[in-house]
Formats: sequence, C-alpha cells, structure tokens
Amino acid sequence: MMTPMIDIVFLLLVFFIMTLADRGFVAPEGDFNIRMPVAAPSEGKLDESLVLPLKVRLKSTSEGRLAGVYLAEARMPDNAPFQALQERIIQIVSDDAGPGSGAEDREVELDCDYNLRFEYAIDAITAVSGKVQQGGIVKLIDKIRFTPPREVPKP
Amino acid sequence: MRFKERRQARTAEGDMTPMIDMAFQLIAFFMVVINFAGAEQNERIRLPESELAKPPEVPFEMPITLQLTKEGTVLLVGEEVPVANLKPPLRREKEIIEYRGGKPSDVTVIIRADARAPTGVVQELIRACQETGFEKFALRAKQQEDW
Repeated sequence: MMTPMIDIVFLLLVFFIMTLADRGFVAPEGDFNIRMPVAAPSEGKLDESLVLPLKVRLKSTSEGRLAGVYLAEARMPDNAPFQALQERIIQIVSDDAGPGSGAEDREVELDCDYNLRFEYAIDAITAVSGKVQQGGIVKLIDKIRFTPPREVPKP
Repeated sequence: MRFKERRQARTAEGDMTPMIDMAFQLIAFFMVVINFAGAEQNERIRLPESELAKPPEVPFEMPITLQLTKEGTVLLVGEEVPVANLKPPLRREKEIIEYRGGKPSDVTVIIRADARAPTGVVQELIRACQETGFEKFALRAKQQEDW
C-alpha cells in the first residue's frame, strides 16, 4: 500500500519545483523609467531647463562591443569605465549645493552608437541612476533620456 | 442478519480519497500554470542584468509591453513585426486606449529588450512610440545574481 505516499510525494515535488522555478531560478525584473515627452526631439532645439544635461557618449565597435565611455568629452578609463562614470556623477551631484539637492534638476543624455549592445546602455543607466550601498540604493540622477538615434553605420 | 447486510452495502460505495487527491493536484497545477502565463515573458529574450533592477512597488497604471528580440523584431500581443512596421499596431493600441477613456501620455511602455539587441534599434522603437503619442517608457532589466 505505497500508493498514497507516492501520491503525496509527487504532489510535494511538483509544488516545490514550481515554487523554486518562480522565485529562485528566475531572477526578479525591474524597470528604469525614462521620460521623453517631446514628440521627436529635434536637433538644435534649446533645452527648457536651466541646467544643461550631462552628455554621456558610448562608442562601440562594429560588433557592438564597448569601445569607449565619455562624460562630456572626457574619456573614462577603459578598465572600469562605468565605475569611473559613477564616481564622476557622484562628484557632480554632491557639488550642487549639498548632497542630493542638485540631483533632481540634473539630467543625463545618453548618446550611443547604433550597433552598441543594449546591455552596455543599461550598464551606463545603472551607473548614472544609483548606487547600491549597505544594502540600500542611493539614488543619483533619475532623469535620463536618449539622443535621437545615430545613423546606421555603413558596412 | 439484516443489520449486517445493510452495513455491507454501505462499504461498497467506494473510496473517494484518490479522486480528491487528483482533484487537488490538478487545481494546484493549473493555478501555478496560469500564474506563469500572466507574467508576459518570453524565452527568446535574455534581459540585460543590472544591480538596481528591483521589482516596482507600485504596478504601472496602464502598461503596454513591447518585447524586442536580438534580431530587431518586436513581439507585440503575439505578433512579430520589424521595428520599421511598428506604427500600425501601435496606432491600434492607442485607439484602444482612447476608446477606453485613457490618454496615451499616461501609458507606460515597458520595453523588454534583449541584451544583445543594438541600442539604435531600441532608440528607433522609442521614437516610433513617441510619434504615436506615448511618453513614458520603462526599460526592463533583470536583477543581477550575486551568487
């Protein structure tokens, strides 16, 4: 008379596999909010806010690998570009009259090469928008937008 | 003698336990499966990882999910269209939203783009949405695994 025991064991097995597949194996997902209210931001149009956006430029190779990170023309070191970018952003944000107060007005404009893999863009957004510190998240700049897309490079 | 006979007739009703076991098992199974289907996920898309990607505390009011594959096509409500042909289905979405009394500027477009997709395609996708009238975007990323 093993049948009821086997029934229950299978039930528990299915239950725990499903629960773990939902929570443990599949990592939770989160979002980065991007606000781009202008219908099509035309070039040469002046920004309404007083503080100019910080320009972050990401260059890529033709295969889409990262070839260089620039913050307002200054090239970040190639060994840890996003870490350096984040340190510079922290400096800029804390310079603006007390910690955190300037962050709301600041805006970052991402200018990426067409072929750049999307994961590097997310890396840059991560570096700019916040930092994990002692288990919590310190927010840096949350106004992020893209420039109009660059032309498709000729092969 | 008569009493004994009646008792035998009652035991011949049969055992309900296995049926109830199976019924519970099916209920549990379908509950879990239906939950999976609601998550709107796609196996083809490998999301980029980010340590800041935390599940939102408040769900978006009116979300539209656009899934961008690494080949540059968009999966939108079961259809697969290239980014260049995205306008008609987006306009249809907008009409549905306006018909229901919503404003396109209140809608959040959730972009689940593959990590290997070119950023230029993501930008073209955003531009197509802007030209249709959507303003709020959310780039989705997967939480980075520490272990």
